[in-house]
Amino acid sequence: MKNRSLISINDFTREEHIRILDLAGAFEKLPKQRILEDFVVATLFFEPSTRTRLSFESAATRLGARVIGFTDASSSSVTKGESLRDTILTVSNYCDIIVMRHPREGSARFASEISKIPIINAGDGSNQHPTQTLLDLYSIRKTQGSLDNLNVAFVGDLKYGRTVHSLVQALCNYRTTFHLVSPLELKLPSTVKNSIKERNLEYSQSTDLEEVIPKVDILYMTRIQKERFSDPLDYEKVKYAYILRNSMLAGAKPNLKIMHPLPRVSEITTDVDDNPKAYYFKQALNGVFVRQALLASILGVVE
Amino acid sequence: MEKDILRKELKVSAIENGTVIDHVPSGSVFQVIKILNLTEYQNQLLIATNLDSQKMGKKGIIKVSNKFFKSDEINKIALFAPSATLIIIRNFEVIEKKKVEVPDYAENIVKCFNPNCITNNEEISTKFTVIDKIDLKLRCHYCEKITARKNIAFR
Repeated sequence: MKNRSLISINDFTREEHIRILDLAGAFEKLPKQRILEDFVVATLFFEPSTRTRLSFESAATRLGARVIGFTDASSSSVTKGESLRDTILTVSNYCDIIVMRHPREGSARFASEISKIPIINAGDGSNQHPTQTLLDLYSIRKTQGSLDNLNVAFVGDLKYGRTVHSLVQALCNYRTTFHLVSPLELKLPSTVKNSIKERNLEYSQSTDLEEVIPKVDILYMTRIQKERFSDPLDYEKVKYAYILRNSMLAGAKPNLKIMHPLPRVSEITTDVDDNPKAYYFKQALNGVFVRQALLASILGVVE
Repeated sequence: MEKDILRKELKVSAIENGTVIDHVPSGSVFQVIKILNLTEYQNQLLIATNLDSQKMGKKGIIKVSNKFFKSDEINKIALFAPSATLIIIRNFEVIEKKKVEVPDYAENIVKCFNPNCITNNEEISTKFTVIDKIDLKLRCHYCEKITARKNIAFR
């Protein structure tokens, strides 16, 4: 993967995804190694995202790399009217790899085409966020022992969540059975559902969260965003529809793990946090190992 | 009947050598001219539009003297004029007639319908993969969103 950009989850094959997950496992065992001391990593956040940025910076710093960059567009020359093209052409002189988040879809692909150094996409608008997908795959494999033949429920906003779309598409490689739970207004888009159908995988769609809990190995919760509803009344109808409480987990499988891309608002009550089935904070930590694996392999330090 | 044909002939005079692009939707004639870079064409160029057509109701026709298009060049127009037929003329004789074909890729012809796509916000050529040639669906190389027939706009 040396010198390759990671823009979309489909840029890497299933075998390459597995290779990254294996490498991430090695970093989990030994997270502090000074193997990137000779490298400079730039984190260009044209739109703020504290969690993702800190995760990347932690990954880079723990491997000894130096980190430069900006945390939102207002502290860069973008406010002076500089184009993305000029920013990338300039910054690529100062570093060995660029991690970027940008509010426009396609920005990371464009950057990778003009940059002479590799780009890691840390989110381009509503389009792709491949490192989130890889850390989700890592978390699923780690907790279930394998990615194959699992029952995975996705709950909440399945229409707009890019995290859900990318993970559904990635899991289609592993004979997953999907349980799609959402309000009717926020169902999975047909383009994503088609990837499930094309692989002849089983799926169910419902509006009832409690009914799917006993059936699944992974319960992937998402936040329902108020701003997605044109009518505030529609939002009021569904905002409490999918709140996971500890009492609802009594009939769950022993191996069930609850995931969430975070930030959480009200969709998981805090009494779930102490349940050993809650995995969302560990999931966030796994992001550091996955990003270490990506930085090290793209910079060519590990094979 | 013969009189009708004669009248039609007179509307757009024949060319000796070149390409006739027939059955162009009336609304797309000027787009086709632009896509094929004919606005600066130095040879004889005959354009007619809003002609009566049995097949289409109204149609346009473009006759380009001394020009024989490469297929990847001419197939670009299929995105706007899928009904178009090409007639190759040599020595006033029809040598070949064929339909245009929807291409596999479209580079810098179509605008991405997603207003938040980077191609609508920086100076970048658009690139699309045609993922459905019948219903005409184009996937943007950059934002990965799909522009469907009803949203296709010329760049």
